[in-house]
Amino acid sequence: MSAEISPASAGAFTWDRAWRGALKPVVFVLCLMPLLWLIVRALTVGLGANPIEAGIRYLGDWALRFVLIALAVTPLRIATGWNIVARLRRMLGLFAYFHVVVHIFGYVGVDHFFDWAAIGNDIVKRTYITVGMMALVMLTPLAITSTDGMVRRLGGAAWRRLHQLVYPAAVAGVIHYFMMIKAGYQEPLLYAVILAALFGVRIYKKWA
Amino acid sequence: MLIRHKKPSDVASHEITPESVYLDRRRFIQASGLIAGSMILGAPAGQAAVMPAKGGQFADVTKGYRKLGENDTPTPFESVTTYNNYYEFGTGKEDPAENAGPFKPQPWTVTVDGLCAHPGTVGFDDLIKPHALEERIYRMRCVEAWSMVIPWVGIPLAEIVKRFEPLGAAKYIRFETIVRPAEMVGQRSAHILPWPYVEGLRLDEAMNPLALIAVGLYGQPLLNQNGAPLRLVTPWKYGFKGVKSIVRISFTEVEPKNTWREMNASEYGFYANVNPKVDHPRWTQATERRLGGGGLAGILEPRRRTLMFNGYEEEVAHLYDGMSLTKYY
Ligand code: HEM
Repeated sequence: MSAEISPASAGAFTWDRAWRGALKPVVFVLCLMPLLWLIVRALTVGLGANPIEAGIRYLGDWALRFVLIALAVTPLRIATGWNIVARLRRMLGLFAYFHVVVHIFGYVGVDHFFDWAAIGNDIVKRTYITVGMMALVMLTPLAITSTDGMVRRLGGAAWRRLHQLVYPAAVAGVIHYFMMIKAGYQEPLLYAVILAALFGVRIYKKWA
Repeated sequence: MLIRHKKPSDVASHEITPESVYLDRRRFIQASGLIAGSMILGAPAGQAAVMPAKGGQFADVTKGYRKLGENDTPTPFESVTTYNNYYEFGTGKEDPAENAGPFKPQPWTVTVDGLCAHPGTVGFDDLIKPHALEERIYRMRCVEAWSMVIPWVGIPLAEIVKRFEPLGAAKYIRFETIVRPAEMVGQRSAHILPWPYVEGLRLDEAMNPLALIAVGLYGQPLLNQNGAPLRLVTPWKYGFKGVKSIVRISFTEVEPKNTWREMNASEYGFYANVNPKVDHPRWTQATERRLGGGGLAGILEPRRRTLMFNGYEEEVAHLYDGMSLTKYY
């Protein structure tokens, strides 16, 4: 991850400096909106006849979207030259992980109410759960090593190598989605296409 | 064959909505022998149509089978009509309720063919009218591990089967859903399922008294998203056996190729009997989530154990004597 230049260094007020300083807090608040919206709906109009299923799926969708959004930062920077967006990458990655965790809590804590025997059975028997679990296993060390201290301790090269795990994790997330569906694959296909495009930009950049 | 007859008490019980006033007027007109009048109202001469006027309730529904457990509260109408698997109208649970508006369930005909003495095409009224409508409250268990309790209005499938007199060689009954892509958005995509949707039963299963041809729920005609105007209900089997908007019934010698099994034979069988001991690769079948009105109560409600044959073991287990339910899932 690129080192951050503090925008708060001394100097007079300028609009440019102000929006640079505001970018992160604003994006942070925006990133909280999907979960907030879910909670507000759950407490007011409700989430339909099967609220647990609706909640788990909604959070799964956002987990995958945040993974893709975090992966889109670098291509966006390359395409536009807006170097400032690089500052958002860590936060977006952590939001992805946060939604993964809440998504899985919906399954473990709400749907199965910590019935570990049933959950263990699911992880072994239901391939889409196995694949989701694999994605979780790949994403967890990335979240743990996201702090500046960890980047320093690992060293940039090792850290970057470790964080390559986000690619197989993203692929596993899309496969997990494909596998849980019975028929009609348009939505996961859309995610697959977006993921392929994000890969495409990186590969193109490497060779061009 | 049973003949429908009106009890005087029915009239009073339906006098709440303007539609029922409309119905009562029709009864009055018929009673006074004003046949021309009833024709104006759209019913065949001298006969009331099965379907009540829009928004109305069926007349003359007798209370039928309703063996429920202590925790079997009927799922609210709102949930039953907004949370549906009916891929002809889209794959999302809310899609059918949102997309089924343009579908026209009347007029309707059903083609009966194959190995039976009286093949032919019958109109909806001719098919249903000779039989007494019953309200039956059944549990419905979906293969996706959720369940509902639904008060259906319908007639025993056995009565219809008997009417068409299957021949000795007939071993199975096959049902087909209508194909009408102009009104069913899901059918415009061939990638969802191969249309038409096909389901089937062994003939002795079809003759079991629990098997129902439903034309309504909660006292009123089926909404389009629930399979209007007529569908199959087999409460001891997973919900996908309940083929909707039936246009064709065939008596066959060979086992019908039901759609989901054709799609994925390792996950869906022909029998599809609810069985907590035979697992599905995607969902545990040991437990289920009973759906009520949603909301916080729906979030806090724990899963419950799934019952063998969905709790209808006494009524149907004998159909499968000596058969491996693991092999024939
Ligand atoms: C141990 C890990 C995981 C478990 C146990 C799990 C569990 C589930 C469950 C139970 C469903 C809903 C299935 C249904 O309603 O039939 C689901 C759907 C989904 N999950 Fe996961 N998941 C895991 C990891 C992940 C990860 C890491 C991601 C994304 C990066 C993810 C994204 C999704 C998506 C996109 C859906 C589909 C949502 C939809 O239908 O709109 N899951 N997952």
